[in-house]
Amino acid sequence: MKIFLSRDSASKALGSEEVAEAIKAEAKARGITVELVRTGSRGMIWLEPLVEIDTPEGRLAWGPMTPDAVHRLFDLPEDDPLALGPTEDLDWMRRQTRLTFARCGVIDPLDLAAYEAHGGLAGLRRALEMSGEAIIDEMKLSGLRGRGGAGFPTGIKWDTVRLARSDRKYIVCNADEGDSGTFADRMIMEGDPFSLIEGMAIAGIGTGANKGFVYLRSEYPDAIEVMREAVEIARAAGVLGPDVLGSGLAFDMEIRVGAGAYVCGEETSLLNSLEGKRGVVRAKPPLPALEGFLGKPTVVNNVISLATVPVIFEKGAEHFANFGLGRSRGTIPIQIAGNVARGGLFETAFGMPLGELVEDIAGGTASGRPVKAVQVGGPLGAYMSRDEFDTPFGYEEFDGQGGLIGHAGIVVFDETADMLGMARFAMEFCAVESCGKCTPCRIGAVRGVETIDRIAAGDPAAAPLLTDLCETMTSGSLCALGGFTPYPVMSALQKFPEDFAGRREAAE
Amino acid sequence: MPQSPPVDDLRALIAPYLDMEGPLLPILHAVQAEYGHIPAPAIPVIAETLNLTRAEVHGVVSFYHDFRDAPAGRHVLKICRAEACQAVGGSALSQRALDRLGVDWHGTTADGSITVEPVYCLGLCACGPAVMVDERVHGRVDDTRLDAILQEVRA
Ligand SMILES: Cc1cc2nc3c(=O)[nH]c(=O)nc-3n(C[C@H](O)[C@H](O)[C@H](O)COP(=O)(O)O)c2cc1C
Ligand code: SF4
Ligand code: FES
Repeated sequence: MKIFLSRDSASKALGSEEVAEAIKAEAKARGITVELVRTGSRGMIWLEPLVEIDTPEGRLAWGPMTPDAVHRLFDLPEDDPLALGPTEDLDWMRRQTRLTFARCGVIDPLDLAAYEAHGGLAGLRRALEMSGEAIIDEMKLSGLRGRGGAGFPTGIKWDTVRLARSDRKYIVCNADEGDSGTFADRMIMEGDPFSLIEGMAIAGIGTGANKGFVYLRSEYPDAIEVMREAVEIARAAGVLGPDVLGSGLAFDMEIRVGAGAYVCGEETSLLNSLEGKRGVVRAKPPLPALEGFLGKPTVVNNVISLATVPVIFEKGAEHFANFGLGRSRGTIPIQIAGNVARGGLFETAFGMPLGELVEDIAGGTASGRPVKAVQVGGPLGAYMSRDEFDTPFGYEEFDGQGGLIGHAGIVVFDETADMLGMARFAMEFCAVESCGKCTPCRIGAVRGVETIDRIAAGDPAAAPLLTDLCETMTSGSLCALGGFTPYPVMSALQKFPEDFAGRREAAE
Repeated sequence: MPQSPPVDDLRALIAPYLDMEGPLLPILHAVQAEYGHIPAPAIPVIAETLNLTRAEVHGVVSFYHDFRDAPAGRHVLKICRAEACQAVGGSALSQRALDRLGVDWHGTTADGSITVEPVYCLGLCACGPAVMVDERVHGRVDDTRLDAILQEVRA
């Protein structure tokens, strides 16, 4: 009997390790040999721990599993309330287009042979036959834009590094994933680490860089462990090292651990941190692509940007570019979180309206109360109201609503949410995480908290002050931490004015 | 756990990292893993080895939330304070934990068993409220789970 069970940290947080022990104990008691394959997560977090049983007709899903119910798996009654049927037939799975996450949840993340059997390394092999210029052209044709937030075309960034003359160049993967509501980077690193390694190797071959770093946040101990092991395995198999897959080209990489600073997700702050300095943001220019790590030309890309590269080369840029909407090409792993009935990772072509994601895919709130607000794009993203539910998921489309998709996290709040409290939190977060370089961010955020407290206390002069303060932060900040904190603050103030007025009236 | 590590021990601890490009963060992580914090006497040793000033090393240590200048309790409880966890009752959970333990954020209980730290997202946003005890994660933590976790840790 072959059983699949996720080892993703969300699954662990919901009890997968206890389920694993129960499966082993039950198998032993019954005298049955069970092959228990630990995979990444399929992304249906509300069903974790999800157990899958291998059958000739495909995998059968059971979840959310508990240790007490494990014995039922062995009898396989079809009418069991935990039996969900074939995994691939589940609505959540059928409605996705899984390109980046095709293998996640399917294979043992550290089984390189399984990785290859599911299409892995085909992209790197193809890239190794191509010139650097052809690799860049393929990236440009794919239309891939950076998934870390800014949405800059990846192929153009790579071209700048390729054309820069230098004795050393670097590929730096930004795995700092600090945005609340996002976990795609974590899931792919825990569930399909070789796709990131392969993507970084292709980036290295394409730009002439032979050294890579993954800057991985310390809050992700499981991802750190899996990535470190995966790099060892890839090196031992010749995927990394002085002679990548026998091509004569060199590329190797290191996993580096962050130290709990949100701002180190900003690329220049990240580079300072990697160099061993304070994670203070650098002024641009110079671009990291020209003067990055240790002053050398450096590609800085998000985990998902890089982990999407292998499938672009495996299936061809056009295949990827055929999905999407407008200038947002391909698929995007959307992370649905907060107060939702069905939370998790849903990869789909750009273009699905926000309301469909929230009401239909996620099934509305977990509490059953109406949705009040949705924050898209992390702590620097705007709060959207139900009035904006027809906004299609795309870079320009969200920008047009005064929002951003950022790293594609969606956080849903029900009607009990206190939007003044959320605005205050946004300012508080900015104050805690500011790198300290610009006054509007460092001091402004502290003033912002005080000003919101004055609004709460009923001071009528405070709301215009908050608006002025936000304008100063927007115009006078070097990076998006200070510059975009006004998005959640002002969107909360403008779209939910009742939350900012109620207490004042109550005080009068 | 010695408070003032011998200089030779520190040098030996640092040595494997010296060939790295940008070795300071890996060194600080290694020192903290060994001593539970960055002991003050380590700073001049690190500075001298890397050809930096003490002020530079101190500046780096103080910039990052992870590095401590004094040891934490026997266990570290990190509670997510970020938005997705707030959407499912994270703030009330934090308050309950702090009240139960009689500490404020960053505080350590009188018996030295637990230090409580805020964390801004653990990547468990679809199963919040989320907490991490040392390196072990817990999702959908309600009052009962929290009490059980605290009891287990203090035992
Ligand atoms: C405050 C701040 C935090 C950021 N955090 C991250 C992060 O955690 N991960 C990330 O990939 N990009 C983050 N970014 C964006 C990066 O600066 C950069 O645009 C990105 O890593 C480039 O990669 P991409 O083109 O593949 O998106 C952040 C930016 C700012 C201003
Ligand atoms: S806006 Fe804030 S975080 Fe960004 S550079 Fe300025 S002070 Fe640093
Ligand atoms: S917001 Fe709490 S784990 Fe992400």
